[in-house]
Amino acid sequence: MTLLVHQVGPACTFQDQGRTGYLDRGLSRSGAADQLALHEGAALLGQSPDCAALEMAGMGGTFEATQPVCIALTGAPMQASIDGAAIAWNASHAMERGQKLKIGAAKQGTYGYLHVGGGIDAPLFLGSRSAHLTAKVGRALQAGDILPNGPYSGGAGMKLKTEDRFAGGTLRVVASFQTALFDQETLDRFTQTLFHRGTRANRMGMQLESDGEGFAAKGQLNILSEVITPGDIQMTGTGNPFILLPECQTTGGYPRIASVLPCDLPRAAQTPAGGHIRFKFVTMDEAVALHQTYMTGLSRLRARVEPLVRDPHDIPDLLSYQLISGMISATE
Amino acid sequence: MAPKQASTFPCIRTVGLDGLLVSFAGSMAEPSNRAALAFRDAVNTLDWDGVIETSASLASAYVRFDPLVLTHSEIHGRLHQILHRQNWYEAPLPAGRRLWKVPTVYGGELAPQLDEAAAAAGLSPSETIDRLSRSRVRVLTIGFAPGQPYLGPLGPEFNIPRLKELTPMVPEGALVLAISQFVLFSGPTPTGWRHVGQTAFRCFRPEAKESFALRPGDEMQFLPVSRAELERLREADEGTGGATCEEIPT
Repeated sequence: MTLLVHQVGPACTFQDQGRTGYLDRGLSRSGAADQLALHEGAALLGQSPDCAALEMAGMGGTFEATQPVCIALTGAPMQASIDGAAIAWNASHAMERGQKLKIGAAKQGTYGYLHVGGGIDAPLFLGSRSAHLTAKVGRALQAGDILPNGPYSGGAGMKLKTEDRFAGGTLRVVASFQTALFDQETLDRFTQTLFHRGTRANRMGMQLESDGEGFAAKGQLNILSEVITPGDIQMTGTGNPFILLPECQTTGGYPRIASVLPCDLPRAAQTPAGGHIRFKFVTMDEAVALHQTYMTGLSRLRARVEPLVRDPHDIPDLLSYQLISGMISATE
Repeated sequence: MAPKQASTFPCIRTVGLDGLLVSFAGSMAEPSNRAALAFRDAVNTLDWDGVIETSASLASAYVRFDPLVLTHSEIHGRLHQILHRQNWYEAPLPAGRRLWKVPTVYGGELAPQLDEAAAAAGLSPSETIDRLSRSRVRVLTIGFAPGQPYLGPLGPEFNIPRLKELTPMVPEGALVLAISQFVLFSGPTPTGWRHVGQTAFRCFRPEAKESFALRPGDEMQFLPVSRAELERLREADEGTGGATCEEIPT
């Protein structure tokens, strides 16, 4: 074991890239709501993005190192400290045995991630370590739980510059097979509307609200149930859009007006309650080009990691540090 | 911006960035369900590089792929070719099908929307229970939630629409009805379908060796029992809810 949970927020679960291949059995992918954050944590610790991390919705917890451990923090920035000293987000840190990591409420966004060197070694179920609470696979973390980790030979003390994706914004979407069920007037109004995230939001999906009338499709209460994928924007009977997330249903009969691109799903999932969202249609060719750029960006994250330089004021025992050697050359 | 709505079937349409949907009908019918199951099997057999996963729904086969490995135009062309290789509507049902008979409480506190469904179907509650419990329905697809079957077809009198407002929560084992189909819920969930029956059958048993009880093509019948009998069955076993299972001879 590495980290012992003393206290933890109500919606913290182990998540990796999710479970593929059980769509035909009705089991959706699950996996981290912010897949980019999962990759960023892996880059900071120099390990595989297949490693599982702790996803913390809105609120973290208090974790004690039961042996030396390296951690990384990514996703929605949260208050974080080790033994009372504030530590940087989007960075990796070493913890000694007995040290306590405190992670508070999200300052922006929704989902923060706690990664451990070696990845969280939770049991595999159908090829993934991801909890899927709506399917009753896994459960939320509780006080007294531990975060077991796999073998790790890397270090810590690195940081990564990230773009702000924690306040909503414009999400790029492609037309999907049910888009044509909505007339052009409704589609135009959809892209001209400024939405804000409602209070109904979890890992299944998030409700969007707007002024004015809802968005209805023709004959929408009698549509045949068809496949659903994360990112789909579903209209319920009341005409309120929901952006569907990793624990969404696998099929459903409410029509989908469009689908958010995978590259913009982290931004969608991180939108806090009240945060503003707009939608912009792109062509399939544009969407594939954006996806290519996103995937290339993921593969280059590790090269963008740089040493975490601490502010000398934050270091209580500055003189004990070895300030000259190590790391990298001054010209790099 | 938006693709033209399909007017003729079969057709191939996109699903988000990385999926294609091959649809055999716009409403539920037995031949199109068989076509979807068989077409999906055929795509799986070909085992193309770049295909991530596939599934079959009521009348469509879905193929998810990596568009950076297999371009949209390439996979669209391949699917189009297979689609016109044979008459998929005449494809046989999957082999190894089974018949499940599941004890069910109709109406009352456990299934409070039976009367409403009966009224929508233009029948008395007792006539509704009689017709529903005599219907032998097929697992048309598994979806929405883990292991959860869409079952049908029921008679045309049960072609009633979904509710506009969702019922906030129905429990695991709930038998719900809309558009001439049942769904047997595999977990507590909000729904726009009418809650007409309650079973103790668990479709998804993550702790068991075989996590998913049902397969597409299986048949089910929901036999009426009292509430006391259902409670007894719920106590007695680990998830079958007193259901029996027999092979359907081919």
